[in-house]
Amino acid sequence: MYPSRFRYEAPRSIAEAISLLHEGGDDAKVLAGGQSLVPLMKLRFASPALIVDINNLPGLSYHQEDPDGTIRIGALCRHADLERSVLLKSKQPVMAAAAPLIADPIVRNRGTLVGSLCHADPQGDWASVVTALGGSVIARGPNGRRAIPMADFVTGPFENALAPDEIAVEAVIPAPRGTLAGGYLKLERRIGDFATVGVAAAVETSGEAVTRAGIALTGVGGSTISATEASQALVGRPLTAESIAQAAELAAAAARPRTDHRGSAEYKRHMVRTFVVRILSRANGHPAGAGGVVGGVTPDPGPASPNGSPNGPGGGETSGTSEGTA
Amino acid sequence: MTIVYEDRGDEATGDVPVNRIRFTINGQKKIAEVEPRLLLSHLIRRGLGLTGTHMGCDTTNCGACTVLVDGQPVKSCTMLAVQADGHTIETVEGLSGQSELHPLQEGFKQEHGLQCGFCTPGMMMAAKALLAENPDPTEEDVRWALSGNLCRCTGYQNIVKSVLWAADKLKESAQ
Repeated sequence: MYPSRFRYEAPRSIAEAISLLHEGGDDAKVLAGGQSLVPLMKLRFASPALIVDINNLPGLSYHQEDPDGTIRIGALCRHADLERSVLLKSKQPVMAAAAPLIADPIVRNRGTLVGSLCHADPQGDWASVVTALGGSVIARGPNGRRAIPMADFVTGPFENALAPDEIAVEAVIPAPRGTLAGGYLKLERRIGDFATVGVAAAVETSGEAVTRAGIALTGVGGSTISATEASQALVGRPLTAESIAQAAELAAAAARPRTDHRGSAEYKRHMVRTFVVRILSRANGHPAGAGGVVGGVTPDPGPASPNGSPNGPGGGETSGTSEGTA
Repeated sequence: MTIVYEDRGDEATGDVPVNRIRFTINGQKKIAEVEPRLLLSHLIRRGLGLTGTHMGCDTTNCGACTVLVDGQPVKSCTMLAVQADGHTIETVEGLSGQSELHPLQEGFKQEHGLQCGFCTPGMMMAAKALLAENPDPTEEDVRWALSGNLCRCTGYQNIVKSVLWAADKLKESAQ
């Protein structure tokens, strides 16, 4: 399959890229990893007249931590970089849990987190993770730089808040204000398939009480769902089996699943409830569902390779949940 | 190098944008004139005649078209040929020398790692990248690395054995 004919530019600076986008208007598209855009163009769901390939822009492939604990992910940081990240494994358990579950290992070599956020697929995993963590997207355009909270960034299915001449240059994950725990769980029929259901959950605790919580849902609505009532139910009190059960019920109620070839609406709603309980129970140090088996065919990365190779299954937690400290 | 397109009337009569790219494929330096919408898989198969890279699903699922770009496995149906500019590509044709098989090819032969053979080039390229980074993989490591490559014949058992066979062979020859 061929995409429709288009003009291709590969600028060497962000200023040049913005100027090309400004000139191209609504008919221009930014190409980063291309793992969603190129298939869309081949299927002619997208037929941009101008492609602005940002892969040659310098200094965007980073992911790093600021002195205050804020984590920044550049627009050209690939999923594979995040999967192998020592920083995420030690500091950011929710992202570390999600990274190995994105698409498949080959797609992860090219696809980017920021690109996934921009694509705004209701079944995209990263949008839920960044929403649950209260993150934001940094956009650059002709009028400078602005931060867009993730909750406002996705405006609908496959729609984001960027102006046609803005580029998302970075995703920002704020520093936790206490001990951070949580994870991401995904039910998929096979590796590389879209999520039947995905749940991202994060809790920050100071002393005994939860000071901040975020729960977001993948694949169970017309766009990423922020289950705010569910997360609010956790805040201001210790994390207990009771508060977890309450949050799980509220998250299931916030889901808007549809019956399709991946499962019935009822099944998907049930899996939301189950995943919230699993993630938060582990975060609380009381594993639910002994054996650590995670829904469906969620890939098991297996044990770390004996030689500690970064290309091994990453030594990541199978369960997709773990505890980390700020 | 010439790539001929269907003449579909008005679309083909407009100005066709063409970009010149320089890249290295299987150790050979090349220059190509490509339309930006040409996919890397098209350039490899039709432009260069390297038909060992197979087009399976053409929708980023199956991994049959996997090649290495700067050493990393990439689904060549999901990268524009114009993006190969300045990069190094390796296809299944680059695995073996003039006469002898690469240990991966030998492993697939010894362990009966293929039936119809359609997915095999993609499997071998993904496996090559795994062994370059992790010369001593476990069975789980191999299954993980190949989880983006689909096979509809074998049930994967012998593919995994083939890669482990190649890993042992490469370790022996390194000693």
